[in-house]
Amino acid sequence: MRITCPLCGDRDRREFTYYGAADYLNRPGMGAPAEAWDAYLHLRDNPAGATRDLWYHEMGCAAWLVVNRDTVSHAVLSVRLVTDAQAEGGAA
Amino acid sequence: MGADMRYSGLRVIAEGLRGNRGWKPVWREPEPKSEYDMLIIGGGGHGLSTAYYLAKNHGIRNIAVLEKGYLGGGNIGRNTTIVRANYFLPGNQEFYSHSLKLWEGLEAELNYNVMHSQRGLINLFHSDGQRDAFARRGNAMITQGDDAELLDRDGVRALLPYLDFDNTRFPIYGGLLHRRGGTARHDAVAWGYARGADKRGVDLIQNCEVTGIDISAGRVTGVQTTRGAIRAKKVGIVVAGRSSQVAAMAGLRLPIESHILQAFVTEGLKPVIDHVISFGMGHFYISQSDKGGLVFGGDLDFYASYAARGNLPMVEHVMEAGMTLMPMIGRARVLRSWGGIMDMSPDGSPIIDRTPIEGLYIDCGWNYGGFKAVPASGWCMAHLMATDHPHEVARRFRLDRFASGHLLDEEGTGSQHNLH
Ligand SMILES: [Zn+2]
Repeated sequence: MRITCPLCGDRDRREFTYYGAADYLNRPGMGAPAEAWDAYLHLRDNPAGATRDLWYHEMGCAAWLVVNRDTVSHAVLSVRLVTDAQAEGGAA
Repeated sequence: MGADMRYSGLRVIAEGLRGNRGWKPVWREPEPKSEYDMLIIGGGGHGLSTAYYLAKNHGIRNIAVLEKGYLGGGNIGRNTTIVRANYFLPGNQEFYSHSLKLWEGLEAELNYNVMHSQRGLINLFHSDGQRDAFARRGNAMITQGDDAELLDRDGVRALLPYLDFDNTRFPIYGGLLHRRGGTARHDAVAWGYARGADKRGVDLIQNCEVTGIDISAGRVTGVQTTRGAIRAKKVGIVVAGRSSQVAAMAGLRLPIESHILQAFVTEGLKPVIDHVISFGMGHFYISQSDKGGLVFGGDLDFYASYAARGNLPMVEHVMEAGMTLMPMIGRARVLRSWGGIMDMSPDGSPIIDRTPIEGLYIDCGWNYGGFKAVPASGWCMAHLMATDHPHEVARRFRLDRFASGHLLDEEGTGSQHNLH
């Protein structure tokens, strides 16, 4: 598996650290109920197919990335900077 | 046991003399009925043992197991076969202790040779701090009623002289020996439970994929399948590896993320590794199968995946860890590798519980430890479905524990998907 970092280009998977589903971008507000925190931290769609997850280009530019992947084929479909994804309306 | 007695040494000899023409199919191939008392979705180890114990312990025989492929074709047929009861946390301890006791009687119970081999499991440690942690774990195991012995360096050397004891990064200080730990023949466990369930009247229905779960007024009423609709009062989801997809049919979102765990087998070698050895600091563990292959694995690839195959960086890492621990295996050739789909829960412990839907139960989240749990998981899931109360040894495997904070974080790393 290789991931194309928007800043660094096509790189080996070993340069990146997986963080988890893109749900982690939707952090509840301070006053959110416990159920919202449970959903944010624990509950997942966990799709077999197209998914969106967060990766950190640890051994590259240190950017946080939103990666569109296929969990069945391991194909990487598209990669964006988290900052770009959030600038276009918050949630990924 | 008498009623189940179909296999014996004498029978093998007699059939050998008669050209093995006397063996009969081990289970029926029934057509699904339109209604059952209970349905188990998933014909793997856990689903089959659930059906077996529903029939055996609770006398509930009007049951079907629905399997989308063939019986035992999932993770029960592909794993590193380790059986142990070396857990630390109350909640896990009593469950795995119960499971190991069931393993110890399983062959007599099922009249099926599951090749359970209590060859001893050794967890290595490499520092004073780790020794303290292992001594504490060993004491917890003994308090639970299981066995543990703390070995010093010479004690490990006496059993495993071929390890590299003076590795610069991870010199071996000793190990925690769990003599009752060992291995078993993985698919024989599925077949043994399948035969026992079939014999008690359970319909084992293969090539029958569940495509929908019928719910009316908050209560389950049956399922839709590729072989037609089937009504039932109670339905159990026992499909680790596909839990999120099946639960979604009932509108549930689970605290599960599916990850890939790779394992490897070498060509057959003469007996060389007598135990199960775990090298936690290198994320490596190994045993030798009765056919002679070295069976070994490592850690997760660490990204969500349903590919059932891993990537090369983890292959390289596992091989490096193996060479670090026991350079003697460097000339062995790897025959094959595979990647299993693991139901990873946020705290690394499983779930056996009711769901918010009346009559719908779930058994999932086995992380990378489902094989040894097969007997007790079925035992406890059957108890739950039959009585609507959690079994004593599985009462902490709650679905809502992540929301309530009653976690079972055996590794002590936290309760988030990226931490296990
Ligand atoms: Zn980069």
